[in-house]
Amino acid sequence: MNHAIRADKFLLDADRTTWHDETLWFVREKRDRAVYAVPEFQELRELASGIKNHTLSRLDLYLREFEAAAQANGVHVHWAADAAEHNAIILDIIQKEGATRIVKSKSMLTEECHLNPYLIKHGIEVVDTDLGERIIQFRDEAPSHIVLPAIHLKKEDVGDTFHTHLGTNKGENDPQRLTEAARQHLRAKFLAGQVAISGVNFAIAETGAVVVCTNEGNADLGVNLARVHIAAMGIEKIIPRLSDLGVFTRLLARSATGQPVTTYTSHFTKPAAGKEMHIVIVDNGRTQQLGRPDFRASLKCIRCGACMNTCPVYRRSGGHSYDFTVPGPIGAILSPNIDMKKHSSLPFASTLCGSCTDVCPVKIDIHTQLYKWRQVLGEANEIPASKKWSMKFMGRVLASTRVYGLGGQFARKALRLLPHGLTHAPSMNAWAVARELPEAPKQSFREWYAKQPAPAAAQPAQPQIPA
Amino acid sequence: MALTRRREVSRLYIVEEETAKMKVALFVPCYIDQFYPQVGIATLQLLEKLGVQAHFPAQQTCCGQPLANSGCERDALPIYKHFVETFSDYDYVVAPSGSCVYHVRKHFDKLDQTADVQHVRGAAYDLIDFISTVLNVTEIPGAFPHKVGLHLSCHGQRGLHQANESEMTPVRDGQLRRLMASLDGIELTQLNRNDECCGFGGTFCVSEAGISARMGQDRVADHVLNGTQVLTGSDMSCLMHLEGIVRRAKLPIKVMHAAEILNGVVNG
Ligand code: SF4
Repeated sequence: MNHAIRADKFLLDADRTTWHDETLWFVREKRDRAVYAVPEFQELRELASGIKNHTLSRLDLYLREFEAAAQANGVHVHWAADAAEHNAIILDIIQKEGATRIVKSKSMLTEECHLNPYLIKHGIEVVDTDLGERIIQFRDEAPSHIVLPAIHLKKEDVGDTFHTHLGTNKGENDPQRLTEAARQHLRAKFLAGQVAISGVNFAIAETGAVVVCTNEGNADLGVNLARVHIAAMGIEKIIPRLSDLGVFTRLLARSATGQPVTTYTSHFTKPAAGKEMHIVIVDNGRTQQLGRPDFRASLKCIRCGACMNTCPVYRRSGGHSYDFTVPGPIGAILSPNIDMKKHSSLPFASTLCGSCTDVCPVKIDIHTQLYKWRQVLGEANEIPASKKWSMKFMGRVLASTRVYGLGGQFARKALRLLPHGLTHAPSMNAWAVARELPEAPKQSFREWYAKQPAPAAAQPAQPQIPA
Repeated sequence: MALTRRREVSRLYIVEEETAKMKVALFVPCYIDQFYPQVGIATLQLLEKLGVQAHFPAQQTCCGQPLANSGCERDALPIYKHFVETFSDYDYVVAPSGSCVYHVRKHFDKLDQTADVQHVRGAAYDLIDFISTVLNVTEIPGAFPHKVGLHLSCHGQRGLHQANESEMTPVRDGQLRRLMASLDGIELTQLNRNDECCGFGGTFCVSEAGISARMGQDRVADHVLNGTQVLTGSDMSCLMHLEGIVRRAKLPIKVMHAAEILNGVVNG
């Protein structure tokens, strides 16, 4: 199943599509206002991009510097080559602690590694403590957005879910009351949590500390109540110095939600007395992407979600239409690295409008990478054969003036002479499902031009304007 | 008012003298050649009124973009070469389609960068860009007393920087806006979303037909809501898509390429 088919399912509910589009456009506009208010915003983007490029160019050095600094702080550092190792390391830490109750704050990496089902299979209870994550965990769904994981759901959907799982009144849709119900429910889970798992927004090589940005404070609550903290990070989360952090915190929340800064920016440097802190550093395909010069820059991503909010395709097809942990434009350039066959339609799920590139706070050339993935997929025969062959045919025709002229004449004539019902039949013509074909003129431009006396043509009739 | 008008007209004639020696080729993308010959004609005539005698080299075909955007760049290379051979003798190659120009400038990097290739990449101009930055014409004398909605095509706006972007600044400014705003009696539509993509996207319009149509419908709805009578832009490919939607919904909106409007108002 490709993106277009999943998108068509989403589009079936036209009102919900409108709502989804407008909700995310609202976030995009909030981002715009926050960005306009910072005169040096474009310089900040440039700086952030430079820091990330620099860091990626000597990632091995910074990772080792980070490891040494973290170990000096009394933190256990683990290295995981892939998702399986990541999951096994985390299970091992949990089992050594003799724990069965885990609280987890938001982490796209653990989603990527499918940690939850793995732990549950081993008899461990995992509770996602981010409100949006908890909602979709109840519903057994994947996040549809990296910052707003439950953005595909309306408050009525949440009301139904909480009625089923938390016993709120049927039909209770008041966001305040629903949040209160979730808060009471989560409080008990926080108090019972034995091990807290968090993601990492930034890892600082110089100090060995990890920084977690949330709006709900759930990472802090979880970590401070549990005896063991496990922070899971991809290798690309490194920044060199503590003084670099401000560049990113200024960009992250403004780009994500239009806030000047996230409510909580928590620094975790060393375990408190009597407690343990672990950091799991994960590759899972990232070095492979680092080895692809055309796609390396995708690793600069700070997961702000701005490219999703601005993407006119994402807003109208929903995050699940991408069928990958990270949806939207950035997901479409990360996913083929993981599984080219499975995700071959994603780089085509774009008009290449370039808005993603222009909002990206770390200046990833997203739409250029989409274009380049298309070429890689074309060369690897991962595009539909019909397309491939029609393009080959077009290539021949368009490289020859004579064949081109004949083909155009024929097509135009056919369009003029054939009945509307045939030229616009949905089964034969995807264009015509929602659009009229252009009216075929009697002569092409080149036919007209050939008849003109050199050098100039006569004045045409004035264009017809509606009153 | 009458005085200003005369000065504007005479400025046009000065431009003509200065630019008479330019060797300018007209590139008419395949779909315009076949379906919108009037846009090619208007482009040619408008240039002429601005003092530029453009030629249409008959051996031209296409810029290769439909293939390359579909992941078949390799199959497009002979088309790129044909394009360069066709246009390398001209100082400028002007097209009423920013998307094709963007493709030539950005993606012909796949060819060996011979002097001819580099020249053609630099010489390719979108019509409105050419009028604004090469001919330095920012005002057009003439009246167009209608409410006009601008469609900013992404490749012209974000790719060729022909207009400000809402991602960067709240100021709505650009080449097309300035030229259009200079017409007497014109009123420009204030859209809710100034520069959202229309959803055409080349082969995207059929491979993702559902999303493409929905994007186009939403774009048109913004124009309807804000009172557009004439929808215009400088890239005919987006306009073809939007026109298809307008006609299917039988809306009272006329879709015209900017060249048709400008050519219609300027006296030769
Ligand atoms: S690619 Fe850029 S805009 Fe998209 S999530 Fe990553 S940092 Fe944000």
